[in-house]
Formats: sequence, structure tokens, C-alpha cells
Amino acid sequence: MRISLTVNGKQYSHDVEPRLSLAHYLREVLNLTGTHIGCDTSSCGACTITLNGDAVKSCTLLAVQADGCEIVTIEGMANGAELHPIQESFKENHGLQCGFCTPGMVMTASDILKNNPNPTEEEIRHGLEGNFCRCTGYHNIVKSIQQAAEKINQ
Amino acid sequence: MGSYIGKSVKRREDARFLKGEGKYTDDIKLPNMTHMAFVRSPYASANVLSVDTSEAEKAEGVVAVFTAEDGCGQYGVPCGWQVNFKNGETMREPQHPLLAKDKIRHVGEPVAIVIAETQALARDAAELVAVEYEELPAVTNPKEAMKDGAPKVHDQFPDNMAFDWCIGNDRAEVEAALEKAHHVTELEFINQRLAPNAIEPRSYIADYDVNGDKWTLYTSTQNPHLIRLLMCAFVLGIPEHKVRVVSYDVGGGFGSKIYHYTEEALVTWVSREIARPVKWTADRSEAFLMDAHGRDHVVKSKMGFDKEGHIVAHLTDEYCSMGAYLSTFAPAIPTYLHGTLFQGLYKTPLIHLNVVAPFTHTVPVDAYRGAGRPEATYLIERLVSKGAKEMGMDPAEIRFKNFIEPFDGVNQPGYQTQVALQYDSGNYAPALEKALDAIGYKDFRKEQAEARKNGKLLGLGISTWIEGCGIAPSAVVGALGARAGLYEVGHVRVQPTGKVSVYTGTHSHGQGHETAFAQFVADRLGIPMDDVEIIHGDTEQVAFGMGTYGSRSLSVGGSAIVKSIEKVLEKGAKIAAHKLEASVEDLEYAGGKWTVKGTDKSISFGDVSLTAYVPHDYPQGLEPGLDFSSFYDPANFTFPFGAHLAIVEVDQDTGKVDLKRFVTCDDVGNIINPMIVDGQIHGGVVQGIGQALLEEVVFDESGQMITGSYMDYAMPRADDLPMIETHNTVTPCPHNPLGVKGAGEAGAIGSTPAVVNAVVDALWHLGVRDIQMPLTPQRVWKAMQQ
Ligand code: FES
Ligand code: FES
Repeated sequence: MRISLTVNGKQYSHDVEPRLSLAHYLREVLNLTGTHIGCDTSSCGACTITLNGDAVKSCTLLAVQADGCEIVTIEGMANGAELHPIQESFKENHGLQCGFCTPGMVMTASDILKNNPNPTEEEIRHGLEGNFCRCTGYHNIVKSIQQAAEKINQ
Repeated sequence: MGSYIGKSVKRREDARFLKGEGKYTDDIKLPNMTHMAFVRSPYASANVLSVDTSEAEKAEGVVAVFTAEDGCGQYGVPCGWQVNFKNGETMREPQHPLLAKDKIRHVGEPVAIVIAETQALARDAAELVAVEYEELPAVTNPKEAMKDGAPKVHDQFPDNMAFDWCIGNDRAEVEAALEKAHHVTELEFINQRLAPNAIEPRSYIADYDVNGDKWTLYTSTQNPHLIRLLMCAFVLGIPEHKVRVVSYDVGGGFGSKIYHYTEEALVTWVSREIARPVKWTADRSEAFLMDAHGRDHVVKSKMGFDKEGHIVAHLTDEYCSMGAYLSTFAPAIPTYLHGTLFQGLYKTPLIHLNVVAPFTHTVPVDAYRGAGRPEATYLIERLVSKGAKEMGMDPAEIRFKNFIEPFDGVNQPGYQTQVALQYDSGNYAPALEKALDAIGYKDFRKEQAEARKNGKLLGLGISTWIEGCGIAPSAVVGALGARAGLYEVGHVRVQPTGKVSVYTGTHSHGQGHETAFAQFVADRLGIPMDDVEIIHGDTEQVAFGMGTYGSRSLSVGGSAIVKSIEKVLEKGAKIAAHKLEASVEDLEYAGGKWTVKGTDKSISFGDVSLTAYVPHDYPQGLEPGLDFSSFYDPANFTFPFGAHLAIVEVDQDTGKVDLKRFVTCDDVGNIINPMIVDGQIHGGVVQGIGQALLEEVVFDESGQMITGSYMDYAMPRADDLPMIETHNTVTPCPHNPLGVKGAGEAGAIGSTPAVVNAVVDALWHLGVRDIQMPLTPQRVWKAMQQ
């Protein structure tokens, strides 16, 4: 099937198998390997991207379902060498260790802050519910998002 | 102290991860690459009657199909640690085949592999392989496995026993002391099996170069050199120098990526057979079925106390599962990494541990964050708290009473335990005092009583922990059964311009070596951190190494680097002396330059470096270059320690445990980067909380894993947790140059018993004395009803 979509501001058009997941499309076809795959039950959130502005788990969608959509992946967050304030806050607060969950965390954080620019700690934790991190214990991820909120609101 | 050590320098590895530009194995795509899929047994125990690959071979995109008949890796994957029976008999070591031939010993064991043009086509074709099995009875619990008539895992070992083992004082003496003790507290429980679950699934790519008869293996491992050695020498019988093993970015390990796995050898073997690159990446279901698990001990313990609460004896009997085969370090985990910590922080005069290690029809068990030490800490700390409460004593007070007196390992000797090891340095009371102050221990009991009046069940749990890190020296671990040395290699290459490349045999998969190592290297050399790069994870660049596990990287790997730095400075001084027309003895090195003492005559590190590589005006007889490699074999283990405290509230109606606060005070020796150390503690603590409250691998009667996905295996999520309040004390390690001890596993060792002690404390007045982990609402609720 032919699909056309925008990813990180660029137009793409490809023939894809109907069973190809969006996560695999991003990784294998577009070589955007920042979107990670950590599970097969839609539980870990490593594959989180935004689709038409909302955070979604790209492993749960088929590429064909994204036809005509606007997608942002982790590769679309920084502005050249300049990190997005969320990325910057993750760095400043040691919000990542092995980095594998990180793209999903950053994309989820962008969704949390879009819907709620001043989240409480509890709201942040609730918003991160769909994302596993096995390294950080979430402590510094929560702090990173708190600081990102401040930066963005300035 | 220099300008970087002790500072929370932000990590240099972060930029690539934050931009999605990390290079994990599955991100690598090679030209002409094929994909491997497995045909795995759905049974835990079965005879393989026939394997028919004909349909699969004809399927679209299939390149090749292989079974055990094709002769890959006929020796199987080896075990790296030998623990002998108590009677001296050699440990039983079954062959661990790459592909099962006629017998299945755990669910997921592979029977055939399919290689195809894409992953999807390989998986499609794998479905077409027809395997006929005869299902047999299975045993998954290690204690059950030792019963007469239990299903046999390996026919040649009818009693299922891999080995038995004991450590400590004479059993009869310990039993006699328990007889005479004023009070004896007892516990019987299962330290449940856990799945490590690094979020990056394992991934391997082998690329065989026909013309050079060479391989490159990209692998998500914690120790590339070890994999190369084991695979080449023991599994495939190929020359080691023809294989390059690369592990760039690795998405977490926690032990599970130490071991040499069958899949690694299979991709390497297949790549030569088909003369094309081959990739395999586990999906999460395969990770649950195939990654080595942790824990799985069936425990029976007794601890005796005198009238004042001094511990007089401790006796424990355990059944510790090995799983179906012996994984790389498996035999060491419930023995030398477990029994040797039974002293804890206490002066216990008599200790005996007896271990029976059976095979079961399950995926192998090996090191998982803490490896044997969390299991030791859990039972000791539960016994101490339970004993205190039974005797009407304060659980903090009983600990202070039993702590080993402070010793720094320099002015006072190390502490000789009853269980073989000698602790390096320790000062235990201040760590617990600091944690108690931080949590407000004095006021807590009042709060608890108030809360109880209002129908709220609050509890506070204490645990104090110690662990042995950076296991060493090689001669000692060799005597204990290790089939490898446990030293480390550090290579410092000073470039002609004075920039420094450091090659370490340790491996970072989240620990931040690229930053922390550069901090101390820059300080020791007195140069900017930007002038130092840290290289790891590639056998072609790094001469050798033992990798990262057991919290060893800085204490062992860092020390190897320090040794090389010392050699650089020693040779540099000779060059500097020549240039300054002074004698070496008259020079001092500070701030990146050699200065003639008492003068302003000096020469910079950069100038000396250049001179070493452009040796025109140069000391006679001195070799050019400034490039040194060192092996460092530590004098002893290091022994970090600490105190963890948890406050919980238990819901009266549902039994749900709400973790309110978690406070740590850990002593990991000197600290290079506090931000990174705190991060390690946070992560470890949460893994330990996961064991206490949520995680458990469960098998059904037939040996089927019924927790084989994230839908069924509960791991901590952000909203299950409070912030982790970390504090520390510093007791330097006396025997390594950086004075560091190790922080990677600390969190996971201390936290589990703190949480369980807190829940039992909350429910003590209801008669609850113990609850089996994980403390699910159902279990807690049931305990409250009894
Ligand atoms: S890979 Fe999408 S949720 Fe785990
Ligand atoms: S940083 Fe490793 S899983 Fe989150």
C-alpha cells in the first residue's frame, strides 16, 4: 500500500506492507533509529512519538494508519545542535542513563507539558505511567520534566 | 583534589542519546544483511521426536534453515565458574547446546533457526518448521527438584543436583549455639525469581568477511572481550584474533548482558555458512524466555540472640536454582557472591550457610543486579528486624549494638569475617545515624501510633547492607573456582599534541564512564576534561578487558588507568628533566606542567608530549612515544555499605502498599561524580523495590512461564514511587588508588528488605510476622486477615 506522511517536517511517500508497524517503518524504512522498540505488548513506551501533536506508541500503529499524518520523532526535537528545553533538562538533571527509554521519555514529556504546562510531581508521574525506565528509578526523569516546565514557561 | 573529581559534571554521552543518535546494535544495518528467527519449544520438558524444515526452506525470502544436525557449536556454551561439591567431587556440568537436539529442558529452548531476507519473512518461515514433541513432566522449584522421583532435567544426573556447598563455621557448633540462645528467630521464604528486563532487548549482528576469513560481531554485551574469548575458544573453535567484537551503546544490562548466550554464537556461525551478515534482535517475549534470570532461592533461616540482643549464631539452608544449564557465572552467585556476605555488618560469631544447587526445567539463573548479595542482605536484615521486634527491642538499637567497630584498613586492620573474606574498611553506625536523622526516626513512632488511632497503617523499615565489589584478586577468585582472572586493563595513549585517549576494558551501558573516567584522568594529568576521551566496547581498539559487572568499573578499571597515568608521568618527567636541564628529583608535577621546585622554570604536558613524538632534543636511550597500558589486579574486594529506610502505608481494605518515603545513606568510598552515583542509587533502589512489591517470574505446573510479558510481569512505574532521598558518608577504600568502592548494585541490595520490614512493621500489631515477596495487595490483605 502507498502511504504519504510528514516526519519531522519532511514529506515521505512509500509502498509498505500492510502489516508493517509504524515503529518499524520509522526505523527500517526511514532509518530514524531514535525510536526504540522495547516490548511487544505496547507496555514500555520506548517507541513513543507524536502523531498530529499527540504522543502515541508507534509500535501499536501500522504504518498505513499514519497515512496523511504529521509525525515528530526524537530526531525532530533538537534544532540542529541546539537541544530542545526538555532534552536540555534531561541532560542537566541526569534524567537518562543507558538512554534506551530516553527518546520515548522525551516525547512523552513533550505531551505532558503540552497538555499541562505546570504539572505537579504527581501529574508528571501519572503522565509517565506508560513508559518504563529500568535505569533511573524515574527520580531524575521527574526532576527533568519539572525543570523543563520552568524553562518552557519562562 | 583536582578540579573535576567530586563534581557533578554533566554527562558527555547524553547528547547522542537525547537526540536519538545513540548506536545500539539493532540500529546497525549492514549491506546484504539477513535476519535470523528461532523455532522455540513451547514445552519446558520434552523429547524432540522430529524436526521437518522442508516447508520453511521453500518459503519466500528464506536463505537457509539450520537444526542441531547441522553441527553448529558442538561443544555448547561453557560455564565460567566451577564450584565443587562439599565432598570435593567436581560440579556437574551438562552440555548447553546452541540448538536442542533430542531433549528440551526449558520453555523457549531453540530447535531450529531460519535465516531470511527480512525479519518478518524469517519469522513467517519459522512458523512453517514442523516439530514433533513428546511432552514430559517438568520441575521448576529448586526444592521440589531435589525430592525423590522429581522429573529429571539431565538423565545423566538423576538427582538433579549441580553441586552442594557450605561456608562458615562448623554446623554442629552453630546449631549448639542456637540451642543455647536466649531467643531464636526463624524465617522460611522464597527469594523469588526475577527477570532482569533491561529495556533494550539483546541484539546481535555477525558479519563474516570471506576474503579476510574474519568476523565482526556487534553485540549488546557488558563485556566484549569475554564474549570473544568464550565464543572463539570454547564454542566455535575459531581463532580469537579473527573476531572483532563491538558493543557500542548498550541499553542497560543489570547482569543479564554479561553472559555468553547461544544466539551470539549462532549468528557468528551462520554468517560464515551463508557468507552474509546475520542479525537477530530479541523481542520482549524472547527476552523473558531466554535472558538469564536472577534470585530463585528457597530459604530456611535461624538467627539466635542473647538477652541483650547480641546475635550469637546464624544458620541458613537454601535451595538455589541453576535453571536447566549452567550460565556463565551461575555457580558463583549463590555461593561465593552470597555466602561470603553472611557476616553483614554485624559481629555475629558463628555462621553457617548450606546451599544445594539443583537443575530445574527453567531458563538459567545467573547474576542480576547485586547477584547473591541482595539475597544475603534480605535474609539477614529480615532476621535482625524480626528478632528485634520479637524481643521487644528497637530495630535500630539492635543494629547499633551488633555493628562491627569502625576500622579504616590502614591504622586498623581489615575485618576478618567468619565467611572467608576480609572487609577493607568500614564505619557503619554513622551511615545508619544519618539515615535515621533524615527520616525523623525519633518522631516516627509517635506518628505511627497517632495514625493507627485514625485507622491508618503506617510502618517504617530499616535495612543496613554491605556488599563485596570488584571481586579480586585473580589468584583468590581462581582458588574459589573462577575460570578467568578478574583484573582490568587500562591503556593511556597520549597523542603528540597532548590530547589523551584512554582505552578501558570495562564497559558502560548507562554508568557514564565516558564522563566519570575523563574526570579523574583530567585531574590526575592536570589537563582540561575536553582533552581526554574514553574509549570502550571494541576489541579492536581496546587491548583486553573483563567488562563491567559487580560494581567493578571504577575500582578495578579506574585503577588500571591510574597505573598507566603514573607510567606516563614517570616517563614524562624524564623528558621534562632533559628539556629543563634539571634532575627528575628536582621536578614537581601539578596543573599540567613540570616545574623545577622553587623556580618558575616549567614545561607543559603538551610540550612534553610533542617532544616524546618528535624526539630531536631528547634524553639518550629513552624510547620515543608516550603510550602505556597496564593490567591492574586488585589486592582485595571493596566493601561499600549503607543504610536504607522505608516508610509505607498499607491500605486497610485492599492491602495495597503505598511507599511514602525512601531514604538512603550509602558509603561507596570516594565519589568522582555525585550526580552519577545518586543516579545509580536511585535506579538500584527502585529495582529492589520492584522485587519487594511487584516482580516475580511464575511458572505453572507444566513449566510454562505465565509471566512472560509486560502485561503479566509487573515492574515499577513512575507512579508507584516517591522521590528517593539519598545521603552518603565517605569511608575510602584503603587498597586502590582512587579510594573508591562501587555503587552500581548498592541500591538493589539495601532496598528490598527495608520495604518488607516496613510493611511487616505496619502490620505487626495485627500478628503479621512475614509476608512472601512480592507484597502484592492480595498477599498483604490475606496476611492481615489471618
Ligand atoms: S515498543 Fe512500543 S510500547 Fe514497547
Ligand atoms: S535510561 Fe536506561 S531504561 Fe531509562
